[in-house]
Amino acid sequence: MTEKSAEWPSDIFTVLREREISQICHVPDAGHDRLIRLCNAQNDMSVITLTTEEEGVGILAGAWLGGRRGALLMQSSGVGNTINALALPAACRMPFFTIVTMRGEWGEGNPWQLPMGQGAPGALEAMGVTLYRVERAEDVTNTVNAAAAQAFNNQCSTAVLLSQRLIGAKGFK
Amino acid sequence: MSSGTMQRREVVSALLAPRQDNLLTVGGLGSSSWDIAATADNPQDFCLVGGMGLTVSVGLGLAGARPQNHVLVITGDGDMLMGMGSLATVAQIQPRNLAIVVLDNEMFGETGGQPTHTAGGTDLAAIAKGAGIPTTGTIRDAAALQDALPHIHESDGPVFYVAKVSAEMPPTVYPPLDGPFAKDRFRAAVLGDGAV
Repeated sequence: MTEKSAEWPSDIFTVLREREISQICHVPDAGHDRLIRLCNAQNDMSVITLTTEEEGVGILAGAWLGGRRGALLMQSSGVGNTINALALPAACRMPFFTIVTMRGEWGEGNPWQLPMGQGAPGALEAMGVTLYRVERAEDVTNTVNAAAAQAFNNQCSTAVLLSQRLIGAKGFK
Repeated sequence: MSSGTMQRREVVSALLAPRQDNLLTVGGLGSSSWDIAATADNPQDFCLVGGMGLTVSVGLGLAGARPQNHVLVITGDGDMLMGMGSLATVAQIQPRNLAIVVLDNEMFGETGGQPTHTAGGTDLAAIAKGAGIPTTGTIRDAAALQDALPHIHESDGPVFYVAKVSAEMPPTVYPPLDGPFAKDRFRAAVLGDGAV
């Protein structure tokens, strides 16, 4: 189960602040709950709840056109909803930065999560997104920082995949 | 056949002809982008040539990043139908500087004129109102367009209008098709040369 006292969500928040990422878009996930709360409490961050993850790709593109950096927070099932939208940052060579909480792996209890969870990395790579995977809490800060730096310094798409091993598998039985 | 009678290029000209310096436009795939390009090649217009369903979302992100500008999204019924959830998201944020105009010809114009859902009775203005956008309307003639223009350009947003246009397909005028060029040109115009 999730360790409620885990510090890695606040480590991610610190990197977002240091990288001047202020437009947060999300379809909520339990694994992102603490990070979303931290962002909501920050007056100079805009946090937008989406109806579907592809909206976030558009919002982040618009934010970048206006000079603002953003990040999309989603779970691996949401990756499938973004695929055609990812053509926008790819075709325009805009930065796209997402942090994905993984399901469908490492002790997953819900069989419906397996197909998209297992397929998410390949789907992202097929759309030209570079993947940064995190398995251990001590690697969160460096990995999120490297992925954000690559996206915004090179105007390309990167995704941090937070493994279910890190987040904690959701028990169904 | 569309129930609309207005000419789409005349509608877009009316929207963009007397133009405030602080207006930023986002155009939707595909005829709406051609209409904007036919009106003028303005670096403060960003015209999508892909990413169907995302136009309102791009406008929402831009409006949040640029509160000192007014953002006008001009798109079609097909694009709007694909991104209807974005209207609910706009309503949650209530951006004061965002206006959306849907050029509704009741068909997928770029793919052979197949009827869209608005030909079958779907009312996008009612959907926008139901989503929580306070100012909405459907424009069917030049007089109604003139009445709506101050709301589109000057009212505290968000505002949403459907403009019912005919099925005519004017000659294609492309905006810049090279995405990096279009993006860099827009950012330089809005943010200054240091942004690219």
